Amino acid sequence: MISDLLSATVIIGIISSGIRLATPYLFASIGEMFGQRSGVLNLGVEGQMLLGSFVAFYVTLETNNVWLGVLAAMGVGALMGLAMAFITINLHATQGISGIGFYLFGMGMSNLLFQKLVGTVEGVKGFQKISVPLLGKIPVIGEIFFNHNALVYLAFLLVPVAWFVLNKTTLGLKIRAVGENPEAVDSLGVSVAGIRYLTVIMGGVFSGIAGASLSIALLNVFQQNMTAGQGFIAVALVYFGGWKPFGILGGALLFSMINALQLWIQVLGIPIPAELAVMMPYILTILVLTLSVSKGQGPSALTKVFEREG
Amino acid sequence: MSPKQATADLHLKDRAGSIFDQLMPIFATLAALLVGAIFLVLLGANPLTAYGALAQGAFGSFNAFAETLVKATPLLLVGLGTCIAYRGSVMNIGGEGQMIIGAILSTWFGLTFTELPGWLAIVIAMLLGILGGMIWGGIPGILKAYFNVNEILSTVMMNAIAVQIMNFLMRGPMIDPVQREASSQIPQTARLLESYRLPRLSPTRLHLGLLIAILLAVAVYFLLWRTTLGYRIRAVGQSQPASKYGGIDVKKHIVVALLLSGAFAGLAGMMQVYGVNYRMITDGSATGFTGNAGFNGIVAALFGQLHPLITIPASVLFGGLLVGANAMQRVVQVPSALITALNGLVVVFVVSSEFFRKRSQKRRLSQSGTEQAKPEEAEMQQEAGEA
Amino acid sequence: MKKVLTLVSVLLVVAMFLGACAQTPVAEPPAAVEETTQPLRIAVVSPSSINDLAFTQSISDALMVLKAEMGEGLEYAFTENMFVVDDAAAAIRDYATKGYDIVIAHGSQYGSSLQEIAPDFPETVFAWGTTVDTFGLPNVHAYEAASDQGGYVNGVMAGMLTKSKIIGVVGPIETGDAKLYVDGFVAGAKSVDPDIDVRVTYIGSFSDVALASEAATTHIAAGADVLTGSAQMVVGAIGKAEEAGLYWFGTQADQNAFAPSTVVASQVYHWEGILREIIALRAAGIMGGHTFSADLQNGGQVINLNPEIELSDEIKAKVEEVIAGINDGSIVIPKP
Repeated sequence: MISDLLSATVIIGIISSGIRLATPYLFASIGEMFGQRSGVLNLGVEGQMLLGSFVAFYVTLETNNVWLGVLAAMGVGALMGLAMAFITINLHATQGISGIGFYLFGMGMSNLLFQKLVGTVEGVKGFQKISVPLLGKIPVIGEIFFNHNALVYLAFLLVPVAWFVLNKTTLGLKIRAVGENPEAVDSLGVSVAGIRYLTVIMGGVFSGIAGASLSIALLNVFQQNMTAGQGFIAVALVYFGGWKPFGILGGALLFSMINALQLWIQVLGIPIPAELAVMMPYILTILVLTLSVSKGQGPSALTKVFEREG
Repeated sequence: MSPKQATADLHLKDRAGSIFDQLMPIFATLAALLVGAIFLVLLGANPLTAYGALAQGAFGSFNAFAETLVKATPLLLVGLGTCIAYRGSVMNIGGEGQMIIGAILSTWFGLTFTELPGWLAIVIAMLLGILGGMIWGGIPGILKAYFNVNEILSTVMMNAIAVQIMNFLMRGPMIDPVQREASSQIPQTARLLESYRLPRLSPTRLHLGLLIAILLAVAVYFLLWRTTLGYRIRAVGQSQPASKYGGIDVKKHIVVALLLSGAFAGLAGMMQVYGVNYRMITDGSATGFTGNAGFNGIVAALFGQLHPLITIPASVLFGGLLVGANAMQRVVQVPSALITALNGLVVVFVVSSEFFRKRSQKRRLSQSGTEQAKPEEAEMQQEAGEA
Repeated sequence: MKKVLTLVSVLLVVAMFLGACAQTPVAEPPAAVEETTQPLRIAVVSPSSINDLAFTQSISDALMVLKAEMGEGLEYAFTENMFVVDDAAAAIRDYATKGYDIVIAHGSQYGSSLQEIAPDFPETVFAWGTTVDTFGLPNVHAYEAASDQGGYVNGVMAGMLTKSKIIGVVGPIETGDAKLYVDGFVAGAKSVDPDIDVRVTYIGSFSDVALASEAATTHIAAGADVLTGSAQMVVGAIGKAEEAGLYWFGTQADQNAFAPSTVVASQVYHWEGILREIIALRAAGIMGGHTFSADLQNGGQVINLNPEIELSDEIKAKVEEVIAGINDGSIVIPKP
């Protein structure tokens, strides 16, 4: 039975499932990464995703325009990010805890709006699969990599783009510097607060898209608490990836593919308890990180309040 | 503590100001409720009726107050663990999982060994609850200290693992034998023997756990400020390089901080079983068992400014808010999702209010002439001199 | 230390003060006068939200049916999302204290709480489900859903519709109502053809819509051409069946309208029949002790065929035959 796992169908299935499941993590984790690189930990990703998820769903339902849905999710994510930025940067709020507040707020609010504005579970016409011309026709490879909806492609494009912004642009340099040594950056006349506002709002925007990628691209439905802890996993993946976009990509794919694998284990009837299968991705993620040699060092100023002297 | 002289010098006005500062979380809560009133109006409910019901539901009768205290007990315990962890600069967000494992170990014991005298069983169960929490907190501790695995990552993952372990045990090995036979197959254990349950203040559900938690709060206070271990945990939290320079084993103290905070969460889990439900039940999620106490306890500790003794009233107030909000939902019949959103707003407002508290405290201190902008650090230095 | 103690006492005083302020009565429990003119008051406490398209929605729908029938004669209150057993217990006690005539604890996990609360309120009728245990208390009714019956019927249809002989099932956790339904479904499908491979996945969560959907995709990739699943997170899985142009069987609430081209039939609960009985018993002075089962026989459970989907006469006839067989006892659903 275990040998069944090595068949082509299963391997194709695992990789393409993994790609789909990784999509929301990529958006949310990369957004979170920018915040953390500038020194702000946001534990409220789950709440931002849920609200983004609902708003995208609702706007798409009303307008039949998926891009408006994404835009709305970005907007609501930005607002949540703005609030987070204000209370952590201006009001010096303890970052880990304020995030819990936004998590609870987003969870409650998305469900409240859902009950009041929609009322019942219904489907929406979301992003359709786009087969990339030529590439999509390649057997096996085409099916795995080039037959997804637009947001999936965007999520994977985001990885090199984020890498480029972070490592090859002045903005990226400033972000990293703010996260390492805000005093020095400040003395050079760069606004620490400005950079942090930017990254935290950006984090909110990406979390919003992450939510949208569930409700109007992968699932085309909204249900209360539908992110089911993915926002927290997204934060964890930033650590897994050592604050690097490609590291995050690796973590997101690892976690998602093991999740896909455990579903196959169940589908093929391999006799282990379902719960053991379900906990596999969590255990293996910890294990892989524990055994890996290089873990990357976090930004020195992470979670630390920056206050200008005088 | 600050020198006696300084205390004596404080004018009455300053003292009033100080009390005002300390009450800041309460004002923040009220402000959050004010924002919540807008939602209530939008939902067609009268905010006055609603908040009247909230206060009534939380503190309005002896039984209501008892319910508030029942809710406050796990918040306080998790909060105490949070005080230790955060003082040691460790972000333990694994309270949910630690509660679950603590509960599982103690419940297993209570259902397996049924011949013991009640008090003995309760004591052993408490120890096992603590042990369970320590295991689930200690693993992230060791991973952080010796393998450089961030504790936020590991505690998030460990929470998810604990839920699956609970689900498996509740439907399989630990399921109530009655349920095993019945078609309903409810995923729950059998009930604990009556003699094994924590004594209650009849007719309410208020149980001995609260008293134990309060005693532990005092113990944590002494641990943190009156023992070398506590001093070291705080020193590591203040600055790891400085601690290392001062000869403190930083890694060991990171593990200890997580072990201790896990222990409190595990005990909280045990008390939910032995004091409140008398059995474990799962609805498939962590929240179904913990009621979010693993997270809300962190918030309660923050309300209490990460001080174990202030966390006592802070947990009571926060517990009251949660209990009262549920009562409010029943009276004005608004969707319960509003309660979750309100809960979040309160956290956000309170966490923000810290800024105003610290600012006004600082302003007052500089006015009264004491040069103590950062009391904590000064205190640490002073103690370091003594040590 | 002294400062801290002052602070602690101040905070406690504030708490007391708030408490004292709150003493002003909000709603006195209504005295039991004017029995005749007062409407019947029913309160429900339920674990998920009333629009979950699953378990909680089924009881909410039933109350709306009763409300439409009884109009002014019925007043009902609903507390949803009580997934924390503790909070649910507080809600149950509160409703009883406020003088509700019938308090329904619509979640099997609420049993222990009810066992404790019910003896304190002998004038209140309590009902809980889904289970059959009334704890021998005089004022507790119990109700359950024989979900295996609907599961069996769905399974028979699924077994007749599948061409690949592979059927996929997406469940939350392997217990309770979900397990009962799934076990019935598997037995039904196997009764058509023992060679049919019914593959079951449990995703370990009631809320992870994405994982449920991916589980459905996995079943489809593995060759399943008919799918079913239980609990509120399956909405994503239905979408995947729809995308692939396959069949889905629903349970707990009517999912036919959700995906009209995909959902062949839904097993739906109609708790209103049981509620009517409980109300009638109360009028006759019987406060509890009965166990009810929502099954195909008494109409507590109905298989709603989706008119949008053309079923062959053979299948339709078989459905009727199976339902009749379950009702007269000639078909006994085997336990796994």
